Amino acid sequence: MADAMLPLYFRKINMDLLITSYCHLHDNKVIVNDRLFFYQENILKFADFIKSVYKQENVNYPKFYKMDPISKVGFLAAELVLKQTTIEGYHPEKVGVVLSNSSSSLDTDIAHNETIKNRSSYFPSPSVFVYTLPNIVIGEICIKNKIKGENVFLISETFNGKLLCDYVNELFINERVEACLCGWVEVMGNNCNALMVLVEHAGRKQNEGVPGFKFLPFNAENLNLIITLN
Amino acid sequence: MKPVCIVNDNIITSLGFTTAENIAAIKNGTIGIRTVDDPDLYPSPVQLSLIETDQLFSKFAEVLQHYKKVSPAASFTRLEKMFIISIYDALKGQPMIAGNPRTLLVISTTKGNINLLENRHRTTFSHKRLYLWELGRMIQTFFGFVNTPLIISNACISGVVALMTASRFLQSGAYDHAVVAGGDIASEFVISGFQSFQALSPAPCKPFDLNRTGLSLGEGCGTMVLTAIPEKNEEPCITIAGAATSNDANHISGPSRTGQELSNAINEAMKQASLDPAAIDYISTHGTATLFNDEMESKAIELCSLLEVPVNSFKGYWGHTLGAAGLIESIAAISSLKDNILYRSAGFETLGVQAPLNVISAIRKDQINICLKTASGFGGCNAAIIFQKD
Repeated sequence: MADAMLPLYFRKINMDLLITSYCHLHDNKVIVNDRLFFYQENILKFADFIKSVYKQENVNYPKFYKMDPISKVGFLAAELVLKQTTIEGYHPEKVGVVLSNSSSSLDTDIAHNETIKNRSSYFPSPSVFVYTLPNIVIGEICIKNKIKGENVFLISETFNGKLLCDYVNELFINERVEACLCGWVEVMGNNCNALMVLVEHAGRKQNEGVPGFKFLPFNAENLNLIITLN
Repeated sequence: MKPVCIVNDNIITSLGFTTAENIAAIKNGTIGIRTVDDPDLYPSPVQLSLIETDQLFSKFAEVLQHYKKVSPAASFTRLEKMFIISIYDALKGQPMIAGNPRTLLVISTTKGNINLLENRHRTTFSHKRLYLWELGRMIQTFFGFVNTPLIISNACISGVVALMTASRFLQSGAYDHAVVAGGDIASEFVISGFQSFQALSPAPCKPFDLNRTGLSLGEGCGTMVLTAIPEKNEEPCITIAGAATSNDANHISGPSRTGQELSNAINEAMKQASLDPAAIDYISTHGTATLFNDEMESKAIELCSLLEVPVNSFKGYWGHTLGAAGLIESIAAISSLKDNILYRSAGFETLGVQAPLNVISAIRKDQINICLKTASGFGGCNAAIIFQKD
């Protein structure tokens, strides 16, 4: 029986999705596909950490400096994930982005709120306000990488690998995506934790992998493993 | 594929506390947007559509009494009250859905309890209440929903994404029922932000009109109860036939110049529903009344060969309700399907977009079987969803 004719429930079992590249930023450390990309002790400020990562990554993107912390983290994580692979073979409309975090845009909300706290110094700014939505980081990633497919931002108290997997699986099952960036982008003050993975269908993946990194089946266990082990 | 049926719904806006009250007001041409001079909301007078506070409190007292809750009304925020009243009303007749382990609660909001950042609220509520998952937990606990709510915060398309997500999880068999609720309050936080963009209209907004000068903000809440296992004796059901999102990949605060990406989402939704453009009877647009949004939307509609289809925007009645918009505007559109009535696009007089849209300028009877709802938002996101009458 042709795969497309099977009921959805059975098709799901046949889904063979892989994590073909990943990046984890946490504790002044950046891991890309099992390898340490960046580590520096004693960086106390988020701003210093993320600027150092940006410089080491050597990506020339002046708009980076205008972004809010969540967008900076998500943008760099996506850059690092896509650096060792390519999504150019996919139609832009068939690449999705599914991100999540705990605090939505609260870190930047506090910054916008500072500009309206006092009536004597009332200066709300569009360049801050626009970042008071969690999905703006998705917009930034899409602009840089010409991604035009399904996009959503989900909120959960703590990292929820099952939620991400369920959501992304539905996108693949419904043939809405052929590749999908997915992950967690949490920043609050000087604390940040971000995981970004590229999910592709085993039969259609665009690269054969980087030396030393074995593709992982895309499931909640592996997402939880990456975010806790690194 | 399993059809996903709409069982019941609720709308709360300045126009009323039920879907019926809101639709009756729209039928009468009532505009809920007015000049509000309240220093707690903005230093100078501003156009807003606000939910009536006294009624909100008395409705909430009713709900507390119904559930025999001992917690005082003051322990719930304004937004939590809105959500709870809305879900309570939508669950009337089927209250068992809440406690069913096969039910998914989906919450859509852009800013949640954002007013708690303001000094005057700090002592009343804990900082935790600013987190959207805590808002979800308050609602979940109140009704006894079994599963952790799924929370979607995706700018102004959140409501449509919430419906789309719920329908996908029902179709796949992951759940049997879904309660999808969306809401946002008016706050100085949001008003000051849109004002800094110079995006607010000095008079009630005029979607697609030549003289439109920006949007009007509103507060609102809406709930839709969906099921994948409709009871046989239910009246002919209205289904979610297809839905999709897309991203412009162009600008974080300005819509696409071409409308191509919104048209991609519309085409994809039609493809999933196995429908041609000719099958669409009516479009409930995003229609914010900003210059660029309405222009972009008209181009997308043209690209999809849908120019002849009657369109309206409900934002001329109750303003832009952010995380509630996709839900309450879908519910209003569904009432058009049920009643075969097309509602006037409030604020519209003279066409002010390049593509010759068929904007509904007067309320009229019409046979409506299939309707398309669109939404677009900051971050370059677009969404389209199709509702179909059996």
